Amino acid sequence: MLLIACPYCGNRPETEFRCGGQAHIARPADPAALSDEQWSGYLFVRDNPRGVHAERWNHVHGCGRWFNALRDTVSDRFLETYKMGEKPSRTESTEAGSTPVKSTQAEARA
Amino acid sequence: MAQPFRLSRGGRIDRTRPVRFTFNGRTVEGFHGDSVASALLANGIHLVGRSFKYHRPRGILSHGPDEPSALLSVDRGPGRIDPNNRASVVEARDGLKTLSQNHWPSLEHDIGAVNDLLSPVFVAGFYYKTFMWPRTFWDKVYEPFIRAAAGLGKAPAVPDPDRYANRHAHCDVLVVGAGPAGLTAALAAARTGKRVILADEGPEPGGALLHDVTAEIDGRPAAEWLSATLAELDSRENVVLLPRTTAFGYYNHNHVALAERVTDHVANPGTAPRERLWQVRAGEVVLAGGSHERPLVFADNDRPGILLAESVRVFLNRYGVAPGRRIVFATSGASAYAAALDAKAAGLAVTLVDLRTEAECGPELARLKAAGVEILTGHTVVGSKGTKRVTGLIVAPVDRAGRCGPRRVLDCDCVGMSGGWTPAVHLFSQSRGKLAYDERLDAFLPGTSAQAERSAGAAKGTYDLAEVLKEGFAAGAAAAGSDERKSFTASPTLTGFKPVRAMPTDADPTKVRAFVDFQNDVTAKDIKLAVREGFHSIEHVKRYTTTGMATDQGKTSNMNALGIVAGQLDKTLPGVGTTTFRPPYTPVTFGTLVGPARHALFDPIRTTPIHEWAEAQGALFENVALWRRAWYFPKAGEDIHAAVARECEAVRKGVGIFDASTLGKIEVVGPDAAEFMNRIYVNPWLKLEVGRCRYGLMLKEDGYILDDGVVARIAPDCFHVTTTTGGAPRVLAHMEDYLQTEWPDLKVFLTSTTEQWAVIALQGPKAREVIAPLVDGIDLSPAAFPHMAMRTGTICGVPTRLFRVSFTGELGFEINVPSDHAKAVWEAIWEAGQRHGITPYGTETMHVLRAEKGYIIIGQETDGTVTPDDVGLAGMIAKAKKDFVGKRSLARPDVVASGRKQLVGLVTDDPKLVLDEGAQIVDDPGQPIPMRMLGHVTSSYWSPNCSRSIAMALVADGRALQGRPLHVTTPEGFAQVTVVDPVFFDPKGERIHA
Repeated sequence: MLLIACPYCGNRPETEFRCGGQAHIARPADPAALSDEQWSGYLFVRDNPRGVHAERWNHVHGCGRWFNALRDTVSDRFLETYKMGEKPSRTESTEAGSTPVKSTQAEARA
Repeated sequence: MAQPFRLSRGGRIDRTRPVRFTFNGRTVEGFHGDSVASALLANGIHLVGRSFKYHRPRGILSHGPDEPSALLSVDRGPGRIDPNNRASVVEARDGLKTLSQNHWPSLEHDIGAVNDLLSPVFVAGFYYKTFMWPRTFWDKVYEPFIRAAAGLGKAPAVPDPDRYANRHAHCDVLVVGAGPAGLTAALAAARTGKRVILADEGPEPGGALLHDVTAEIDGRPAAEWLSATLAELDSRENVVLLPRTTAFGYYNHNHVALAERVTDHVANPGTAPRERLWQVRAGEVVLAGGSHERPLVFADNDRPGILLAESVRVFLNRYGVAPGRRIVFATSGASAYAAALDAKAAGLAVTLVDLRTEAECGPELARLKAAGVEILTGHTVVGSKGTKRVTGLIVAPVDRAGRCGPRRVLDCDCVGMSGGWTPAVHLFSQSRGKLAYDERLDAFLPGTSAQAERSAGAAKGTYDLAEVLKEGFAAGAAAAGSDERKSFTASPTLTGFKPVRAMPTDADPTKVRAFVDFQNDVTAKDIKLAVREGFHSIEHVKRYTTTGMATDQGKTSNMNALGIVAGQLDKTLPGVGTTTFRPPYTPVTFGTLVGPARHALFDPIRTTPIHEWAEAQGALFENVALWRRAWYFPKAGEDIHAAVARECEAVRKGVGIFDASTLGKIEVVGPDAAEFMNRIYVNPWLKLEVGRCRYGLMLKEDGYILDDGVVARIAPDCFHVTTTTGGAPRVLAHMEDYLQTEWPDLKVFLTSTTEQWAVIALQGPKAREVIAPLVDGIDLSPAAFPHMAMRTGTICGVPTRLFRVSFTGELGFEINVPSDHAKAVWEAIWEAGQRHGITPYGTETMHVLRAEKGYIIIGQETDGTVTPDDVGLAGMIAKAKKDFVGKRSLARPDVVASGRKQLVGLVTDDPKLVLDEGAQIVDDPGQPIPMRMLGHVTSSYWSPNCSRSIAMALVADGRALQGRPLHVTTPEGFAQVTVVDPVFFDPKGERIHA
């Protein structure tokens, strides 16, 4: 069972958390301006990297807060967790966080 | 004659405490400290089971957890019977009943043994080759045959009466195995003051020191060193020593699962649990689980009386039992010499056969010669004699080319064999560490670590006692963050062996039955056949032959199997690789894993404040999510149909009372509450007046309906949101996700109030009359309090948020009151309603009434792929809103395309026929199979108020098919139906405004 460091509560067992998929995909500011392809890219297309992956996690059976984490998908090791709106201290996340609709995002808030 | 094979002295058994148990009904006497295996051997019982496939007589091979053959059913009293217990690890105690397995009619005379004569038929891949054709044989012949043959022992037939405990623990250093390496590791870690857990699977810590009676450590006998060490560990408050505790699984982030057998060894356990699951989160782990001895692979190496050499030594020294009086040791290495020396010292007749030449042997040769033992070096074993007990070992000299000389039979009643050692790297491998092959030791050793762990001692391929002690100490100190190191002096250990996969033989190798995997009856011949048939991957060979797939997971057999495959393929061992080590290390009972999570503790049960009242009224309940909801309230003699028909009519004609407390409720509060609602729901909210309600529809971002429910505006900055019963957690999570991650700038708080508010639904033409005398501060007149309004006031003196809403199509109220007061208010309404014929109704009636009105239920009319337009609710979407969650998706090509399934009503031509929910719908039942399915029935009921059956369905382009006949599948064939509007009762909706 993974041990996950909630930025608000500290280390807690995996069973208290729920993974919310790839992080740093902001909801487009004006969805109506997107083509069908861009919108389906935002909805459905996600990275599946071998290595460092930035993910959203929710401490659902704890404080209830969402936060982001960098996890190595090979070793299952958590490299870092950080609050929503913050940037990771490691640089790998910029690659992992790239998305098909990045050009349309006003600002990656989450 | 009791215990004829018990030695007159020695062993760690307590000779003052005899124990008696039974084996196949026969009383067996042993001593406290015996295992079932040692007590059986003390009484000369070697034949303890029949093998899986060939029903060959089998005995006790090992003294430890790797035992593949001696599997017994253990009966500890009513309901407490377990199959497949290893006799070598079950402690002998009074009252135990043990039974051998896999034979009929008896262990001695087993009809199944005919399989042994048919063995040329039962080759590797027998199942795949035989059970192929004809196809019709599968159900009637092959499957029953395979099922009857599969498995060893019988599963218990009644519920397990025992209690199982569960415990979470944290420590700085977890040490697995309390042999010499584990003990010094624990000692070193404990002396730093760190929290240490030391777990060992045996009843007594000490590992090999328990039977190495001649060894000395630091100038004193090993047994003395052991007691002093245990005394020190015991005296330290920072050490938890867990005997009878197997570390069986190594998971992520040093999460290690241990199974503690708490009371199986006690005759009267009282209220203590049977077993306990420990989930340990360790800072560092030291793996000191020792090693397993390899059997030798030669013809008929599976006869009862043929044991592992070290196990012979264990039975002699630890249990004071002679497994035989004339023992032949057969070996390709040095360690068996120590066993031979101890057997000789115990006064037994001993001969030793070594595959190695004299030149290949070490100092062990001279020592054993000096003890006066006959040693045949450069000899192979080509077979054994006997049936239910070994009576002789057939040996022959062998030259370098593998040519055998003249055979010789060594008469014996016991054989101790040793093909070398395999470090127990199971947990290391489970931790995702990478194994490295060591050619000198002929073993896979722990290589690159993936987690905070280190191995020590035999588990790391270190066999010399002084080195083991030193390595263990260093590992324990390092794990505790200390750089202290310590050396020990100890008697030298006889180590080193010559790897041999299958013993050289003078017989036709295709005829030789030399067992590699004893539990699954896999021979060297089977493995070679699999390789010849093209299975070159070790994972494939394993599955095709089933080698290593039994409950022992090949602890004794894997290296021999691997070696044979490598030999056939002319590859190195690492070139072939190992199979994957998976938890559990040894079998774990389901009870241990389940723990206390049984019966009422299996899953939480939620009940409403009205639950007890409904129970007292004789309600039947149904499960909705975790809730128990009143389903219907039958009167004497009523079945569900009669009760529901009565309840339905009562609501339409008088008044019904319904417990809607399970509805999810969320309080949305804050200056941006209305803006937040606007973004989450399809409806407009900014202009909803305080004191008004609206039916809200919520989508996922993909445009499909997520949930629905009535929302009331309590204040400009406060909304009382209701959700479906099952959807409450999902909706709150959905809202929180958007609030926290997409719109953190919105000033809104979300609070679940599901359990704070109880909801009493009062529905029917007389509803107003019933509550009028009880309500204060609210004008109930239709003009002042119209449909879809909300008022605050009191009912029976209790504060209420009174909703005028209806899920039945009748005049109705949903009375929200604080849960603590709900039962009192309910009972007051019940009293006040008596003269109006008030009738309690359950979820079944609620479903029928809403279906009569065509109201959808999330999860019934929707399935996660249904849009608002699909269910005819497109009109609710706020046209003026630029955006809301899911809006963009409603313009996706697939969503706007024609041919989508749309909600319609169906009426059957036969008004009495109630369709099955989920039944498929077709246009022309005469079309060829596979037919084109147009959709399916989503809801179907008998409607008492329409006096006919009614149904709702999702049908492709259904709204354009009004009036058209379609056909629906039923168990009796197709039924003709007509497509209609899905509102069956009061289509103009006048009653709701009464």
